[in-house]
Amino acid sequence: MSRFVVEIDRIACDGRGLCAELLPEMISLDDWGFPIISGDPVPDSLLPMAQLAVDQCPLLALRLRAHTSSTPAAPGRH
Amino acid sequence: MSDASAARLLAGPPTTAGTESLEDHVARLGERPAGDDETIELLRRTRLRGRGGGAFPALRKWRAVAGGSRPPAVLVNGVEAEPMSQKDRLLMQVRPHLVIDGAFIAAEAVGARRIVVCVGRDHRSSSDALTAALRARSDRPCAVDIVKVPAGYVAGEESALVQYVERRVAKPTSGPRPFVAGIGGAPTLVHNVETLAHVGLLARMGAEWFAAVGAGAAGTTLITLSGAGLHGARVLEIAHGTTLQDAVAAAGGDEAAPAALLGGHSGRWTALDPHNPLPLDPGSLQEAGLSLGAGVVHLLEPGGCAVDETSRMLAYMAEQSARQCGPCTFGLPAIAGAADRVARGRAESHDLSRLSRWAGMVRGRGACHHPDGAAVLAESSLAVFAADWRSHASGAGCITRAERVA
Repeated sequence: MSRFVVEIDRIACDGRGLCAELLPEMISLDDWGFPIISGDPVPDSLLPMAQLAVDQCPLLALRLRAHTSSTPAAPGRH
Repeated sequence: MSDASAARLLAGPPTTAGTESLEDHVARLGERPAGDDETIELLRRTRLRGRGGGAFPALRKWRAVAGGSRPPAVLVNGVEAEPMSQKDRLLMQVRPHLVIDGAFIAAEAVGARRIVVCVGRDHRSSSDALTAALRARSDRPCAVDIVKVPAGYVAGEESALVQYVERRVAKPTSGPRPFVAGIGGAPTLVHNVETLAHVGLLARMGAEWFAAVGAGAAGTTLITLSGAGLHGARVLEIAHGTTLQDAVAAAGGDEAAPAALLGGHSGRWTALDPHNPLPLDPGSLQEAGLSLGAGVVHLLEPGGCAVDETSRMLAYMAEQSARQCGPCTFGLPAIAGAADRVARGRAESHDLSRLSRWAGMVRGRGACHHPDGAAVLAESSLAVFAADWRSHASGAGCITRAERVA
């Protein structure tokens, strides 16, 4: 388990959906095409694809945030 | 039994007497104390929580902005964007000097260099009263500006207020929270006018006085009651722990009302049982899965249709979306559309399950809590009035009105 969580800027996001294609293990799309993102830490094996999803978002709406024990990952999804 | 009507903020001349002048205010309560570390200590001892709906501990906010990277600002939230709430307008209208006392005390205590007072552009009489009161003061600790904010449900959200002050756009933002970086990038203490009025009294009277009334939480709180038995809205000051039933009786509301909406358009419905008194304090409410929000209690008429009322409120929430985030922009109209069809007896085959599904789908997925409010309203209505919703959806008509709607 890495120390990173996927965070999204909901205002910047435009529902393009590349992230859900690149990281389907952690991102799915809602009924209107907008990402539902797992709040769990990104597994080590998925970190490269998570980074790719962040890099490839046309709106730069995603980022990987490092979380420490004092800033735990948000449980559930968002 | 708790005192159902406990005058503290509203002590003094009756509210019908209009705006209390500075002279009368000082004669009645004394000069305002200075804000300092002792004030912060009072917040700690009384555990004062915000009265704008979030119920956030005031102490944490003050400490956060006082310990920030630059001199802070204070933003006074008198916008009262929730249409079912009247308490803030009443307070600004009749006790503006108490609100101003709290704002000045807070500014001194956190070392603020600027105070911005936000009022509703359409709320003429209360904003005029507050403006006139500010002009009469000679004890400003720093620069004070008044900003008139256009009407809109999300306009009162704290990041929307900061954005409006900065660039006249009344929409929430997704960047740093105001307490980190708000007006001009300064850590900004945002407080509801009622919270500041409590500070104004608390700083004079001390923690023991403050906690002398109230069960479950210290002190009093303002609530706005509307609906069954009430013409228009009635604002009541109650001690924490007063039961909902006693508050309804004190306000002259219909004690036979079958249900109440607590919290306004982003609140929750609850069935009312005269044999099951509900104490109005944060702990008891939380146990019941409820919250007073901005202090709104709206009673359902006996024979009134909650499906209809909920549907109209969901339409309002959809219309009020800032349309910045996908789940809110698309989800809220979808929810409102399904509710409307069901209410009118024109439900499509999966409308009820879609309502549930979509409410769950939008929660927590906007930049602000607007979609959460609509979701919670929908979910609570579906739960409390399940039989009504099913009856409308099946085409059997409205149970309470005993007529076919289609």
